[in-house]
Amino acid sequence: MYTRILGFAAVAACLAMPVSAAVALGDAAGSYSISPANSSIRFSIGKVGGGGLNGAFARFKGSIRIDNGDVGRSQVNFTIFPESVGTGQGRIDAFLRSDAVFDSANSPEIQFRSTSVTRTSDTTALVTGRLTARGKTFPEKFTAELGGLKAGTIKFHVTGKVLRSRYGMDVGTPIYSNIVDFDMTLTGKRG
Amino acid sequence: MQASITNTPTRYGWATILLHWLIALIFIGQFGLGFIMVRLTSQRTAFELIQLHKSFGFLLLGLVMLRIAWRLGNVWPPLPRSVGTLERRAAPLAHFALYAFQLALPLSGWALVSVSMLEIPSLPFNLFIMPNLPLAESDGAESFWAAAHWYLAYAGIALVALHAAAALRHHFQLRDGVLTRMITPSSDQE
Repeated sequence: MYTRILGFAAVAACLAMPVSAAVALGDAAGSYSISPANSSIRFSIGKVGGGGLNGAFARFKGSIRIDNGDVGRSQVNFTIFPESVGTGQGRIDAFLRSDAVFDSANSPEIQFRSTSVTRTSDTTALVTGRLTARGKTFPEKFTAELGGLKAGTIKFHVTGKVLRSRYGMDVGTPIYSNIVDFDMTLTGKRG
Repeated sequence: MQASITNTPTRYGWATILLHWLIALIFIGQFGLGFIMVRLTSQRTAFELIQLHKSFGFLLLGLVMLRIAWRLGNVWPPLPRSVGTLERRAAPLAHFALYAFQLALPLSGWALVSVSMLEIPSLPFNLFIMPNLPLAESDGAESFWAAAHWYLAYAGIALVALHAAAALRHHFQLRDGVLTRMITPSSDQE
């Protein structure tokens, strides 16, 4: 299997990306665990007058399973530990961890469990699932783009918008947008 | 008897009276709000109250500028003849200081918001974006303006208490019309 992927990689270098990725997803079938060292979960919240609040979660875990025959049966799950939020400004981090936003002491995990994966192009898929934060669960959708595939490692660029008001985190609206823009790089290692 | 908007040589008109009490209410309310908002355990309520404090601060600044313009453009009734020399000299200084505090408090608050590294925009009453003052952001500048705002608030509220005590002395001890003329507007017949 690894040799097949390596072989593919050599071919891929000579081919246009979408075509290569189409080949790749078939080869990518299997289970991966998200490697935090090579992944990031960043977010951005716009604010009135321009600019925004940018941050990232340092600690999270998750898994990606790509179904061999049917991409639609693939699955993405991840858990974020909001205690690890970082914005570069300690007072804002403390505010986000407090009961004003994440209430990480009482709700230490934010979970996403995919319910369906739909191929939207050779390299992209729409992942829908259920996001749970502060005891509230709502359907959300994310766009995943295959960013790379090499021996036992698969990389996705995942983006999506989440309305924070749904999860009891609407503090600061309308100064700060209700829309949280997620920008994640999830690197899975076959395991 | 028709109440007059403008002052007359002996009495205040209702615009002067309305501005006085409206600003008094906001000024004292802002002190209470400021005192409470920094002592709350709920970060969410604190954030919301701080934004409300900012909104009323900008409203106060606007009203005070209007008030100063109104004062400069109106006749101003003098103190009653019965008022003694010392108070006759002290009262204008105290009133000037009150105006100075009414301006300095919202301005120092605006400066505090402008230099804060938190960069929280000002959206008074969720109506419009109030731009920041052109001051450099830094933790040091934020500490300075926070302290300035705090000292000005306590000194200002002490001056308001002195002003209120003087007004009550006029009403209950001296029994002149100094307090009542700030309650009952002038009329066209005067």
